[in-house]
Amino acid sequence: MHFLYPMCCFNSLLNLTCQNQNNYIQDHLKSALFDAFCLTADVFNRPLCSLISLFFHFFSSFQMQFMLLFSRQGKLRLQKWYVPLSDKEKKKITRELVQTVLARKPKMCSFLEWRDLKIVYKRYASLYFCCAIEDQDNELITLEIIHRYVELLDKYFGSVCELDIIFNFEKAYFILDEFLLGGEAQETSKKNVLKAIEQADLLQENIDFQMRLFAAPS
Amino acid sequence: MPAVSKGDGMRGLAVFISDIRNCKSKEAEIKRINKELANIRSKFKGDKALDGYSKKKYVCKLLFIFLLGHDIDFGHMEAVNLLSSNKYTEKQIGYLFISVLVNSNSELIRLINNAIKNDLSSRNPTFMCLALHCIANVGSREMAEAFASEIPRILVAGDTMDSVKQSAALCLLRLYKTSPDLVLMGEWTSRVVHLLNDQHMGVVTAAISLITCLSQKNPDEFKTCVSLAVSRLSRIVSSASTDLQDYTYYFVPAPWLSCKLLRLLQCYPPPEDGAVKGRLVECLETILNKAQEPPKSKKVQHSNAKNAILFEAISLIIHYDSEPNLLVRACNQLGQFLQHRETNLRYLALESMCTLASSEFSHEAVKTHIETVINALKTERDVSVRQRAADLLYAMCDRSNAKQIVAEMLSYLETADYSIREEMVLKVAILAEKYAVDYSWYVDTILNLIRIAGDYVSEEVWYRVIQIVINRDDVQGYAAKTVFEALQAPACHENMVKVGGYILGEFGNLIAGDPRSSPLVQFNLLHSKFHLCSVPTRALLLSAYIKFINLFPETKATIQEVLRCDSQIRNSDVELQQRAVEYLKLSSIASTDVLATVLEEMPPFPERESSILAKLKKKKGPGAVSVTELEDSKREGGELNGGSDRGPDTSSTPSPSADLLGIRSSAPVGTAPASAGNLLVDVFSEAGPAAPSAAVNDDGFLRFVCKNNGVLFENQLLQIGIKSEYRQNLGRMYLFYGNKTSVQFASFTTSVSCPGELQSHILSLNVQTKQVEPLVEGGAQIQQVLNIECLTDFSDAPLLNIKFRYGGALQNLTLKLPVTINKFFQPTEMSSHDFFQRWKQLSQPQQEAQKIFKANHSMDTEVLKAKLLGLGTALLDNVDPNPENYVCAGVIQTKGQQVGCLLRLEPNAQAQMYRLTLRCSKDSVSRRLCELLAEQF
Repeated sequence: MHFLYPMCCFNSLLNLTCQNQNNYIQDHLKSALFDAFCLTADVFNRPLCSLISLFFHFFSSFQMQFMLLFSRQGKLRLQKWYVPLSDKEKKKITRELVQTVLARKPKMCSFLEWRDLKIVYKRYASLYFCCAIEDQDNELITLEIIHRYVELLDKYFGSVCELDIIFNFEKAYFILDEFLLGGEAQETSKKNVLKAIEQADLLQENIDFQMRLFAAPS
Repeated sequence: MPAVSKGDGMRGLAVFISDIRNCKSKEAEIKRINKELANIRSKFKGDKALDGYSKKKYVCKLLFIFLLGHDIDFGHMEAVNLLSSNKYTEKQIGYLFISVLVNSNSELIRLINNAIKNDLSSRNPTFMCLALHCIANVGSREMAEAFASEIPRILVAGDTMDSVKQSAALCLLRLYKTSPDLVLMGEWTSRVVHLLNDQHMGVVTAAISLITCLSQKNPDEFKTCVSLAVSRLSRIVSSASTDLQDYTYYFVPAPWLSCKLLRLLQCYPPPEDGAVKGRLVECLETILNKAQEPPKSKKVQHSNAKNAILFEAISLIIHYDSEPNLLVRACNQLGQFLQHRETNLRYLALESMCTLASSEFSHEAVKTHIETVINALKTERDVSVRQRAADLLYAMCDRSNAKQIVAEMLSYLETADYSIREEMVLKVAILAEKYAVDYSWYVDTILNLIRIAGDYVSEEVWYRVIQIVINRDDVQGYAAKTVFEALQAPACHENMVKVGGYILGEFGNLIAGDPRSSPLVQFNLLHSKFHLCSVPTRALLLSAYIKFINLFPETKATIQEVLRCDSQIRNSDVELQQRAVEYLKLSSIASTDVLATVLEEMPPFPERESSILAKLKKKKGPGAVSVTELEDSKREGGELNGGSDRGPDTSSTPSPSADLLGIRSSAPVGTAPASAGNLLVDVFSEAGPAAPSAAVNDDGFLRFVCKNNGVLFENQLLQIGIKSEYRQNLGRMYLFYGNKTSVQFASFTTSVSCPGELQSHILSLNVQTKQVEPLVEGGAQIQQVLNIECLTDFSDAPLLNIKFRYGGALQNLTLKLPVTINKFFQPTEMSSHDFFQRWKQLSQPQQEAQKIFKANHSMDTEVLKAKLLGLGTALLDNVDPNPENYVCAGVIQTKGQQVGCLLRLEPNAQAQMYRLTLRCSKDSVSRRLCELLAEQF
């Protein structure tokens, strides 16, 4: 009679499978994983739920799930969702997350595990920037995504502050859309992003200018 | 860049936002918002046509109000109107509103799609980008239907502007993720791969996300991307920090693109082409080398970007798991980070090392850092970092260091953060069992665990130690001695009392020779804890006492006296009272022989049939567990594990032997010979016919998966028989209720509730029935017909609730009706070739469900065949190359759709095991069928 807990081998398999996104390796791993999974299931049911959800999660490719900006007082300043969720769910997530992040001390690490996701956050002056990514994603590069976004805002608004984002929230969304689309980096060059926004602004001014020309009092 | 006071500033909006900010209270804010909403509503409703600017301003205000967290139920139409404006900012605000506020099934979607179509064909790149952003942001199925074929064209067209290409690539990615079936591969795919060579770095950055996702699903079609990615990566890695101009980030060339390239390569095995592989290894080495170079900037952004690439490269090295040299170098690099002053890096190093620990090449290298990791566990200030350290210790544990690691984890547990204690307890329990060389160490560890963190020791853990002690006779004496000693502590955790009670009840005799632990001393020790314990523990102790009477006849008088005292025999708790009465009676009536048989030592637990497993079987798929199901499973779980709230047993076969610990399902029925069993039916009669019970009874349920007729339920009062027939997505079920008594049942009512009904979203089964006669005479049988329609696939069976009065007492019974998804199977005959072709088509990981399980029934070929046919599928001969295996095919008919299912069952007669694999076109169906079938063989 043996009493091997298969958790360990399960964990390693899970890690392996998560990393191997190649199909043929995955097929074998998956089958081994399922075996280990069934064995593990015998022993403990508590980790099981999270394992199941993991299991169904890790085939989706990495991407950002959502981004939130909120103030130290917990006021939400910007929200961008890259996965479909109901309004109720969004509000719940926001509430929970704002609370969790605000409760953390300054020297703590910028990453935390939350539900099945990983939260990457950073504070800039009075604003918290907070991204949710999947388990296997790259935390550091996400941190720099946040920083690059801050740089973009800063450059556009000229030393950005929270008020700029409050009063020009639509601009903050437009800049974000130029930079990140569907949760993936679209254009990482600061110049190019700002050029796109600037062009749009110019377009508007030109039109306004023309409008004024044509609509001159007769 | 000038500051923002641009031509499009909306003064009204700014005023409104300031007003809101000046509100002193929530109420004031709501009042101000309501005023504004009324104003906007009247403006929108007014006869005067609004000009574009005002429309934009109001829509923007609505958006602001929505983003504050208030509901918006109008203005959508105005936003859609803005889309067709010629003015860029008006259009832009319109799109923003749509992206944020319009959900996918809005009826406006047709109008929106029209506007998008116009913009896409406008040839104006700024408009095209706006439209693409909107599609990417909303990403609904309707949009995929409308644009999935158009966007690839835009993406690969020669004259498309770079910025539009970038948006198109990511837009397509979003559509592919939401509706992969609508994005058809074609001629464009090969041209997409070549975007990796594009001159414009932004285009490469955007395209690579798309390529990564596509190649995960279709690795063969995108194979060529490997060499392209390697050469691109090599060019970036070897470029000087200024070469890439604006794509250099804090002296790091193109960090985002590098990470994405390394991530793409993780979709594939190491390149076969030697030259490509050599180049890649060179890149990885360069990245590792650069980590050692002095930083080019003190800014954290520089080191973050550099290390982001490094970690991604390490992931790739771990993924290949074939370059020992690189693996060990990676491990050393991470080792340096373990002591870095940046918390973030320590966290990531711990995390990344966890995966390195599982590689045979680097496991030993990881182990050299054990002291640092233990130190991290003790000194890190951030609990999430400590958690990572604990994970790593767990991952690097093997036979050589298990004792050290378990000891460290135990000592950490004393001060551990509450949030991670339960997980730590589980990990310690797992390691202790996995690496137990001698089981006395294991017993010590678990008892320590209970002592240190008793509140966090879940039932499974202490069940497990008992199972192991029972199954291994070499540790029983030691266990008895140790628990006896542990119980002598003035304050010990209730879980310790449980373990102690159980083990002494079984094996107290092994230490009874020592006068310091004579039977009476043992009993007194246990009983001294009795009054401080909760009801379930007391119930367990009572069972231990009756076991004592058997083990040590000399304690009989003392124990009988305890049982007889008012606080037991008249206890207000039914369970305790019942046990006291029954045990007292049993000990005074039954002869020593009978007593010895009934109270025999527990037989070894069958390894695969643990109570935890039984509990698990009740658990449904991930996430989607409704509240009612949870309650059910709790109730059922409680019943299985003999919790104090256990309702009276409604099944007709009491299993008397099972109740001692309450791990009923795990104790083999029939430990007592039949004669004793009969006797016990009277003594332990728990099936009190008078008490109502609402617990769901699904004993009969699984027996009907492969058959349609039979007796679903029977107790002393009532028998319920079933006949059913199914055709396509329709079924008819005849229920026969037989009154087994000679007395009339009054107010006999039945009701059927369907899965999904309670959750109020999707009804998956439609069951029609007429009410039955309210009176059922003694000895009579009545019949009820149910008409069943399967609307969509489902996991939960409908519940049949039966209520009636018998001799004045209300009887309440809930049964799971054996309506399972496989009933709507239509068999499909196919050739071996067809079968495997379809099998391959259903290769998405979610579509497959697999399970390996022990045979519970005969493995006879004919029996198996009959069962598989009973399942409703066609049993296909000459398909599987191994004649021992069974393959079946069928189509499940629901009202809305048909779900094709393929099944393969591989028996292993030697091991008495099966492997069951299901592939269905719908993943929930695979899972459900797998659950159902695993119980059948």
